Amino acid sequence: MSDAPPVATRGLVKRYGEIVAVDGVDLTVERGDVFGYLGPNGAGKTTSLRMLLGLIRPTAGDARLFGRDPLVDGAKALQGVAGFVEGPRFYPYLSGRKNLELLADYDGDGARSRIDEVLEVVELRDRAKDRVGGYSHGMRQRLGIASALLRRPQLLLLDEPTTGLDPAGMRDMRDLVRRLAGEGITILLSSHLLNEVEELCNRVAIIRKGRIVYEGGLGDLLATATTGYRLRTTEPERTRTLLLAQRGIAGVTLIDGEVRFSADEDTVARTAITLGQARIGITALVPETASLEELFLGLTGGESSDHDRVAVA
Amino acid sequence: MTAVYRWELVKLLAQKRTYLGLGAAMAVPLIFVIVLTLQSGGPNDVPLGRYIRDTGLATPFVVLFFMSIWGFPLITALVAGDIVASESQNGTLKTILTRSRERGQVFAGKVLASATYVLVIVFAMGIVGAVAGSIAWGFHPLTSLSGSQVSAGHGTALLAASLALYVLPLAGIAAFALFLSTVTRNSAASVVGALMWALLMQLLGVLPGTEAIRPYLLGTQFEAWHGFLRIPADWAPVVRALWVCALYIAVPLVAAYLVFLRRDVAGD
Repeated sequence: MSDAPPVATRGLVKRYGEIVAVDGVDLTVERGDVFGYLGPNGAGKTTSLRMLLGLIRPTAGDARLFGRDPLVDGAKALQGVAGFVEGPRFYPYLSGRKNLELLADYDGDGARSRIDEVLEVVELRDRAKDRVGGYSHGMRQRLGIASALLRRPQLLLLDEPTTGLDPAGMRDMRDLVRRLAGEGITILLSSHLLNEVEELCNRVAIIRKGRIVYEGGLGDLLATATTGYRLRTTEPERTRTLLLAQRGIAGVTLIDGEVRFSADEDTVARTAITLGQARIGITALVPETASLEELFLGLTGGESSDHDRVAVA
Repeated sequence: MTAVYRWELVKLLAQKRTYLGLGAAMAVPLIFVIVLTLQSGGPNDVPLGRYIRDTGLATPFVVLFFMSIWGFPLITALVAGDIVASESQNGTLKTILTRSRERGQVFAGKVLASATYVLVIVFAMGIVGAVAGSIAWGFHPLTSLSGSQVSAGHGTALLAASLALYVLPLAGIAAFALFLSTVTRNSAASVVGALMWALLMQLLGVLPGTEAIRPYLLGTQFEAWHGFLRIPADWAPVVRALWVCALYIAVPLVAAYLVFLRRDVAGD
């Protein structure tokens, strides 16, 4: 396998008539990443994944998996890649095992011999003989993971894998994703659930209306937030006057006897000393980091219609 | 490739509509024979109809005539119109297209499976008809369309050749159904559309003033087997059916193939 990154898209665009579903997306997922692709519903996550899997043709730009373009290389581009978009789909009239046998035969490469093993991993062995038509949503999701694992993937593309699952199912699915990541599989996981991404992913891209508004580490994202402080002292009025005179301090307000301001850490340290020298007692100095949710809402324009709203489950 | 084809057959064999079609193809000659054993009249104005009680071998030929109008086209469209569309609707198309097979292979598997189905329903009707007819009226020499008799063995060979030739126009309808199935992604629309196509071909054949194009209509090819039943055989309609049907099969299939290779697989 080449040294090319598992996922690299450049200027990826998908237009449906007037609607631009994906608008110039550049994404790079490095080996070993658990990459969160985060955005409200309808932001273009699934459309991007479809282009990666070669299911739909980009209007412009290209999508490469380990350096191979599904449009040019066809099924070969999916070597070492597995996943599903919008939930895995199976033949309802065939059993879980038959579905896997079918897909294993489509894969070749001895995939058939791994069926028992992958059924074990997703804990579906007892129900493998039943028709998929009678499976619960959670079982289908798990069968989806099983079918992906048949391909012994080095890259797993998962589209909202926990959507529609009950809390226990969500936990199981996340444990599974963590375990697979632990085995060295690179994972690109789309989600509209912040806590899920926060829990599982080391890097994220946030997409809004088809455009990437942030790509990078989660920690870096949190660090980009302007950090505010709340300060309580023995003399609020004098404190305010003093802070206004300090360099590097912005947004000074006095509300209910509490001074709020923003500044970097060095300035805050110097200010504490200044206050002490002025014989003003500090009773509380609390940094206020913006939560990931606030950042997310800020980045995605705080789209607040119920449909688009990011769920914090 | 054999794996893809084999699984397409497994899928067909796991679906009700396949058995509905196959069951209908086998029930029609059976009902036909039962009705004729209970009644005294006969289908005297259709080819071989007058000899229906002379030998069981005549039964499948007569049923071929009756089923060519909409029976076989419907049974064919029922499966061929569904074979791509149902996978679009179920979302399983994206499941199989994200494995290690090229789109062309998946498409070829569906074409071969449809062709197999058409072949099976026609021969199933032929065998059931011949057996049921023979039980009712015996396995005797067959009177050809030229009026002379051929032995039962010879008649059986003619039946096999006629059934094989009859598969071709039906494959033309299957190809059109498969094309609609690929383009519309809607099973019901494809089944109805293909049936309409078949009826249109029949209708054009009976309208006045269409004599010039009649030999080249798909519906006409359902009668090409008459050539085998003449003594000596009349090869002109047979040869024409071969190339006319080839066109009716190839054009929709090539179009469907090109669409299938490039189409966006989205939706549910």
